[in-house]
Amino acid sequence: MIAAFALILVCQLFGEVISELFDLPVPGPVIGLVLLFFGLLISRKPPKVLTDAADNLLIHFSLLFVPAGVGVVTQIDRLKGDWLPITASLIVSTLLAIVLTAMLMSKLLPKQTDVSTPDSAKDAS
Amino acid sequence: METDITQLWVYLSTKPLTGLTITLVAYSIGFWLYQKSNRNPMCNPVVIAIALIAFLLKMTDTPYATYFEGAQFVHFLLGPATVALAVPLFRQTETLKRAMPVIVFGVLFGSLVASASTVLLAWALGASPETLASLAPKSVTTPVAMGIAENIGGVPALTAVCVIATGIVGATLGPMVMNMARLKDWRARGFAMGVASHGIGTARAFQVNETAGAFSGLAMGLNTMATAITIPFLWHWIFG
Repeated sequence: MIAAFALILVCQLFGEVISELFDLPVPGPVIGLVLLFFGLLISRKPPKVLTDAADNLLIHFSLLFVPAGVGVVTQIDRLKGDWLPITASLIVSTLLAIVLTAMLMSKLLPKQTDVSTPDSAKDAS
Repeated sequence: METDITQLWVYLSTKPLTGLTITLVAYSIGFWLYQKSNRNPMCNPVVIAIALIAFLLKMTDTPYATYFEGAQFVHFLLGPATVALAVPLFRQTETLKRAMPVIVFGVLFGSLVASASTVLLAWALGASPETLASLAPKSVTTPVAMGIAENIGGVPALTAVCVIATGIVGATLGPMVMNMARLKDWRARGFAMGVASHGIGTARAFQVNETAGAFSGLAMGLNTMATAITIPFLWHWIFG
């Protein structure tokens, strides 16, 4: 567990270094994601401790957004001024992006052939 | 008695332990309510937690910076958790290989719709330039979105709020509108949630269906990269 967590942090650290060194607009953790992904591709069979550690981090992924979200208290004045454009555009554009992307992908994704996910195979019409 | 309690709070509020504890307790209450409500998406644990903490800070007159001294330990985990997304992504390697061009196209499409429509609509409704720049990266995960906002002249703190609101809108209303549009493919549904409403949408997708969750994580991870590269580039190109 500790080794797995250390590996995740090492990927993030390398990501931060690469982002800083080459002055990239891509943040360190995203480069870390790419590094770990290629690492997994090379190893083919990732160790269970690593996948367990990753799954545990992701189970309550939404908890990790709470501290930044509470930052709403520092933005009350700005929100008072621009509340209508912010609220309206957030809701409309998010739902628009979801529906249009889901429509596009329903059309374009290859029909599922494996039996491991019968629900989607059946419904992908 | 009154002053004793006040003094005790003054002492406690300076300890990082308090902010951290409040965050975990508030989220636990939110998650408990969410399960009590039969996993009703309107009872989003993140919304409940944020509302509870914001109310508490207001009542006790505690500055956000003081709260964040404790909450930063939770906030810090966003980085490692973003890296950890490589694991669910890896589980979809077969799909990725089979449908790479389609997936890349889908991510670019969703990313463009999400940011262009919000900027256009907010501009039409008279939002200030800083607000527009803060809204543009709203569909990617918080730390990345804040970085992008800073790059294009937005207010990172406002971006964090918009990102979380976007995730909540997607997680609560997204499945409903997809049902209305009769979209049934779990892969497409998860993908759309991940592109438009990042980690909060992905968390929701995982709770509904494993396949949807994996595709959501995939789309979210790729969109993070796509948006981090395209928005700063497009923004500087369009607005000079």
